[in-house]
Amino acid sequence: MNTRRLEDLVVAKLMFSATVLSSLIVFIIAFALFQKSTPILTTQPLSELLLASSWHPWKGEFGFYPFIMGTLWVTILAMALSIPPSLLMSIYLAEYAPIKVRGIIKPMIDLLAGIPSVVYGLWGVLLIVPLVRDYVAPLAGVSTTGYTVLAGGLVLAIMVFPIIISISEEVIRSVPQQVREASMALGATKWQTVKHVVVRTALPGIIAAVILGFGRAFGETMAVLMVVGNVPRVPSSLFDPGYPLPALIANNYGEMMSIPLYDSALMLAALILLLLVLLFGVLAGIILVRIKRRYTVG
Amino acid sequence: MDRRKLEENIFKGMMIASTLIVVGSLLSVFIVVILKGAPALSISMLTQIPKGGYYLGKEGGILNAIVGSLYLAGGATTISFLISLPTALYLHEYAGRRLATLARQSLDVLWSVPSIIYGAFGFTVMIYLGMRASLLGGIMALTLLEIPIMTRVMDEVINTVPLRLREASYALGATKLETAWNVVARQALPGILTAVLLASGRAIGDAASLLFTAGYTDNIPSSLFDPVASLPLALFFQLGTPFPEVQQRAYASGAILLVIVLSLSIASRLLIKRFTKYVIR
Amino acid sequence: MFKPHVSIEKLNVYYGEHHVLKDITVDIPERRITAIIGPSGCGKTTFLRSLNSLIDLVDEVRLSGKVLVDGVNIYDNGVDVTSIRKRMGLIAQMPNPLPMSIYDNVAYGPRIHGVKDRKELDQIVEQCLRASSLWGEVEGRLREPASKLSMGQQQRLCLARALAVEPEVLLCDEPTSALDPISARHIEEQLITLKKDYTIVFVTHILRQARRLADYAVFLYLGELVEHGPAGEVLANPKEPRTQAYLKGEIS
Repeated sequence: MNTRRLEDLVVAKLMFSATVLSSLIVFIIAFALFQKSTPILTTQPLSELLLASSWHPWKGEFGFYPFIMGTLWVTILAMALSIPPSLLMSIYLAEYAPIKVRGIIKPMIDLLAGIPSVVYGLWGVLLIVPLVRDYVAPLAGVSTTGYTVLAGGLVLAIMVFPIIISISEEVIRSVPQQVREASMALGATKWQTVKHVVVRTALPGIIAAVILGFGRAFGETMAVLMVVGNVPRVPSSLFDPGYPLPALIANNYGEMMSIPLYDSALMLAALILLLLVLLFGVLAGIILVRIKRRYTVG
Repeated sequence: MDRRKLEENIFKGMMIASTLIVVGSLLSVFIVVILKGAPALSISMLTQIPKGGYYLGKEGGILNAIVGSLYLAGGATTISFLISLPTALYLHEYAGRRLATLARQSLDVLWSVPSIIYGAFGFTVMIYLGMRASLLGGIMALTLLEIPIMTRVMDEVINTVPLRLREASYALGATKLETAWNVVARQALPGILTAVLLASGRAIGDAASLLFTAGYTDNIPSSLFDPVASLPLALFFQLGTPFPEVQQRAYASGAILLVIVLSLSIASRLLIKRFTKYVIR
Repeated sequence: MFKPHVSIEKLNVYYGEHHVLKDITVDIPERRITAIIGPSGCGKTTFLRSLNSLIDLVDEVRLSGKVLVDGVNIYDNGVDVTSIRKRMGLIAQMPNPLPMSIYDNVAYGPRIHGVKDRKELDQIVEQCLRASSLWGEVEGRLREPASKLSMGQQQRLCLARALAVEPEVLLCDEPTSALDPISARHIEEQLITLKKDYTIVFVTHILRQARRLADYAVFLYLGELVEHGPAGEVLANPKEPRTQAYLKGEIS
């Protein structure tokens, strides 16, 4: 066998290994986290851990409920705040904006999508927390430090904008011209065409964008951690502090080796987070396929 | 008729308002961080390490973080490159459909994993190996972060290499390796560079994965096993102190980090533009 | 004999620098089938689309001249474009059903123009599907997605959809060129039936189709109006040499 073919074969084997390795990473991670979680899972059943509300590691109490609630509060708030403006803006950019305007705004949004989480956190501390403390809360008749679920939701919403917008805008733009024409030829106004036909066609893509945004919001750690207060209690209002799951893991890595089972609990939290994020990804894929099957034309 | 027009105009107004809100808030992030950070930037800030005590020292600058971030991102990007490029080329030239789909899907999944998970995972590996928080640990975690990004972007870019180019190479009797290296990689070079810039931009800005794995220090590491500072963690740790001098360091870190990340982003965007200028859609 | 319904006066259309339609002046007769014939790329589709103001959707289009429907120039500033389009139904070359059910496709037009009553919509849908001879085939499955129909059925659906807004004029852009022969024949038969109530303008490059259907013929070549008149005359005994050449197959 000549050297060229030998070289080809050897390198191919190496490349194969690299590929297989990359593909397996996610499974390896899940496995490792699971391994590390088993100590705490053997002391209490999972359901108890998830539903218990008291978090006192030094007493051996590991109730995850406040953190799950904290995550839900902040994430759902962020999505509720960000979906309507994102959608409206995507429609505007795709259908109504003059070319020059789109040419400036779209790259700007994509650029801003790359801002690191800690920088958003810094902005949150400098702008959003005082905003909540000095303006929003007094309007609601509440007094607070500003480090609240509301602040977390606001910062997260801003972070999620670029994802939803960039995908939705592309999807809306790619709706075929014939479908638009069919509607216009019947005498529909531009807005009617957009509302009834264009958005409908683009729906699978838009939903995928939203789910992707949700997944990102869920796992977002640093920015939220810096503004949300980090008190391990179930929030009962927007102006309470919260403590989402990623923040739990991030805040306590320092102490985790010194208290028994603490590290295992945090690894379990990480595992839960991982599984939930994976779930979102799979969900997005399934919904996309189902809707595409039902509604695409041609 | 008037009702239709009215509805259209109301929604148009809402659309423009939304656009202004979104663009305004994103711009305000940039503005606030730069406004706070710029005054803190000075020659001494950039060229000195913090002095006087376990990162509460009031003097000195953030050189530890700047150099630390460069070491971390440089190391991670290099290792990730050595894994991602072969993977991307393999997926394109060699892999069967099943392996290719599996690989792409699992990389896509990996892309959306929050970076704190990489930190937690890295931590378990480090405990297992008896390592302490160090430069090496941080590099490992960031490599995990960069691999899916770099690989998938390279994958997309390589996909745009026209079939006829590869055919031409094979028709001349080239092996797969020769085609992959000489033709495909070369054609896709700007796109490959873009992938590298994108991934390293992401890595430089990440804090969550470094919390567990890289440690923090006032000094510049002299070996792979020393703990290392990083710009994101410099910002994070030093923001909450009661000492204004230390806070200044946090703001400076934030501003520098923002500038670095945005520059990388702009550079990769320009590269993409140059790359697609000659591609036929 | 031929009362004009749509009058085109000195119509010029430019795509950027390209002068696509040159000084077209012609009257489209009422309640007749008018065939627009000519080689590909000579402006037939552009001509058709300037009749319902649909070419406005493309940027870089410039237009001068008048298109008068019952005496009113549709390109005048005060004229409401959406109501013009309502009066001119369009059937495109490739069937383009909307991404909805069969029922909703037909009901879409009336709905956007204000019809809300369920019974009324039901009636309109049935009427129009009958008029395009699709009712028999879809009667039991109106809720199914339109995308499930065959091409021929989709084109008939587009016809039904166009009829649902009660147009006066039907504009058809090579309506059968994407269809199999049997579906094509269906569409042709419908057009002949419909001419009792509608003015029909259709573009075709199939001369035999023009001979079968047309009452009036218009020959466009390279953007110019070469000849027009009753179909019997233009298609059998054309006066212009270019028309003769086209009909003989010498230019295409």
